[in-house]
Amino acid sequence: METPLFTYTLRLADNALVLGHRLSEWCGHGPMLEEDLALANMALDLIGQARNLYTHAGAIEGKGRSEDDLSYLRDCPDWRNILLVERPRGDFAFTILRQFLYAAFMHPYFERLAASKDETLAAIAAKAVKEMAYHVRHTGEWVIRLGDGTEESAARLKEALDDLWPFTGEMFEVDGVEQALIDAGIAVDPAVIRPVWNGTIDHVFGEALLTRPRDGWMQTGGRRGEHSEHLGHLLSDLQFLQRTYPGATW
Amino acid sequence: MTEKTMPLWEVFIRSRTGLSHRHCGSLHAPDAEMALQAARDVYTRRGEGLSIWVVPSSAITASDPQDKDALFEPTASKIYRHPTFYEVPEEVGHM
Amino acid sequence: MYAQALNVAEKAHADDPELRARFQARVDAEEKIEPNDWMPEGYRRTLVRQISQHAHSEIVGMLPEGNWITRAPSLKRKAALLAKVQDEGGHGLYLYSAAETLGVSREELVEQLLTGKAKYSSIFNYPTPSWADMGMIGWLVDGAAIMNQIPLCRCSYGPYARAMIRICKEESFHQRQGYEIVMTLAKGSPAQKKMAQDSLNRWWWPALMMFGPSDKDSQHSDQNMAWKIKRFSNDDLRQKFIDATVPQGHFLGLTFPDPDLRFNAATGHWEHGPIDWSEFNRVVRGEGPCNRERLKARQKAHDEGVWVREAALAHAEKRAARKAAAKIAAE
Repeated sequence: METPLFTYTLRLADNALVLGHRLSEWCGHGPMLEEDLALANMALDLIGQARNLYTHAGAIEGKGRSEDDLSYLRDCPDWRNILLVERPRGDFAFTILRQFLYAAFMHPYFERLAASKDETLAAIAAKAVKEMAYHVRHTGEWVIRLGDGTEESAARLKEALDDLWPFTGEMFEVDGVEQALIDAGIAVDPAVIRPVWNGTIDHVFGEALLTRPRDGWMQTGGRRGEHSEHLGHLLSDLQFLQRTYPGATW
Repeated sequence: MTEKTMPLWEVFIRSRTGLSHRHCGSLHAPDAEMALQAARDVYTRRGEGLSIWVVPSSAITASDPQDKDALFEPTASKIYRHPTFYEVPEEVGHM
Repeated sequence: MYAQALNVAEKAHADDPELRARFQARVDAEEKIEPNDWMPEGYRRTLVRQISQHAHSEIVGMLPEGNWITRAPSLKRKAALLAKVQDEGGHGLYLYSAAETLGVSREELVEQLLTGKAKYSSIFNYPTPSWADMGMIGWLVDGAAIMNQIPLCRCSYGPYARAMIRICKEESFHQRQGYEIVMTLAKGSPAQKKMAQDSLNRWWWPALMMFGPSDKDSQHSDQNMAWKIKRFSNDDLRQKFIDATVPQGHFLGLTFPDPDLRFNAATGHWEHGPIDWSEFNRVVRGEGPCNRERLKARQKAHDEGVWVREAALAHAEKRAARKAAAKIAAE
């Protein structure tokens, strides 16, 4: 039986790893050399966060599972990431906008998690908050440039927004697992993040001449292990060697 | 189709050691903010810097190497600018 | 940052013997040549060719290793590999910048790569079908590259030498990273050991070819030595690499795919069998396993980036125009 704290930590870790993995797919294929390096830096930040969180999750669980056991040996239903991060990388507009929507949420989230009663989570968050601040800044500037750039860039950004918006609701979900941790001062209540996130989004969208879609029906399920078709393919890449050569050391 | 060229920027970084900003290379970026961010991503990947300047390369005026003699030779004869030009008795100690 | 007008003006007396002699005297005195200094046309051309080839190699070199970023077998390996491939992008960038000081734009250089006019290191036209190739590239390919690059830190051309100093400093973890991967495999299960051996069999000869044709067949060597663009001969560097690498391989219990490889106690060097230069020439010519694939991947990234670069420039123009309009309104 998973404890709430284990599930919660795993959710944070899985978000970071899956999104870091998606960003890493750009390495060597970026739209300009400078941006290639920027995308890799963000990917490295996220993979670093994931490693710390998995190690912590393993310790909470107490069964001796390492960061690699947790990331390389679980199948889809055991992954706890939100659906937003597992969407395929798409074009540059999609990648940048997703990163912006995610970072604009995670930055204020980590700010608050840095005061968590779980000291390890607090320490991980304190480091991550600086990284996410830069992600917000970098991707925010790009959103503005793409939105107020050329006709083509504006159209691509709009398309990406339509694709991504229904996946933003899941960031704000709270279930029983999380409510207990929020009440205990360990987890962060996403309701508190909502106004900050709205403010960041509205400010950048304003400059990007982008209209925010109405909050209608939202996708859900990833945090409970109900995933899209895409996660399995991601895992078949990620886990290929560990699965083909069980028990080997790398 | 030939693409428009992306402006070139010179990057100067002040390191942890407290020395002045130092030229460390160049990069391409559409504008100053993106140049600053690119400089961070390209030139400070190993914690090299605490402050970055970016300057459009076109804004730099460089001395002409043909003027080298006129500009820099005269200082060679001004030895009185160097501390060893002055004699201080050994008994006085380090100065 | 360097006034390109000056460079053009000086082409007029490119072959002035007196200027040439003064230039050579400076090179002989180990002075650095800087972008606006007078230089012979051949020196400039050679440098543009060599630095841009070097830059292209870094950029194309991201592809074979990039092939394994999403499949690295542990999170530690994944982070290290991503950081390493990213470094290569950075090195390409430093080198493009150095080439640009000679009066050629990055756009022109990239076009030369994509149209096949410019070359890049042939080693990257070989595929990376196994994870062991990540180790082998770090150990052998980066190892060979470092042998080539360390002397370039003292190259007579200032911007190139400075770029190389930065690159060599950053590269120091690359080879160790690779060797550690190979070592882990060599000490691992029989399947892993086989993976390592199979990879060494495929990379050894191409790695030796990275130093270029034998001195007796190399066209540019003498002049480049005199100009201090090159400091050691191809064969000398190759020998140095072999002497350093063979014991490292034996330490891991790996075998080199060269039946003639043997240690000569009298000279203190490892002697190797004949290199198949027809293979080298074939791959340089375009008939390697991945030549077309690599260039197509670069072309695709370039094409898919066009709208992004255009948007960024368009936005910068709009912003500048708005700023100018606001200034006029304020006056």
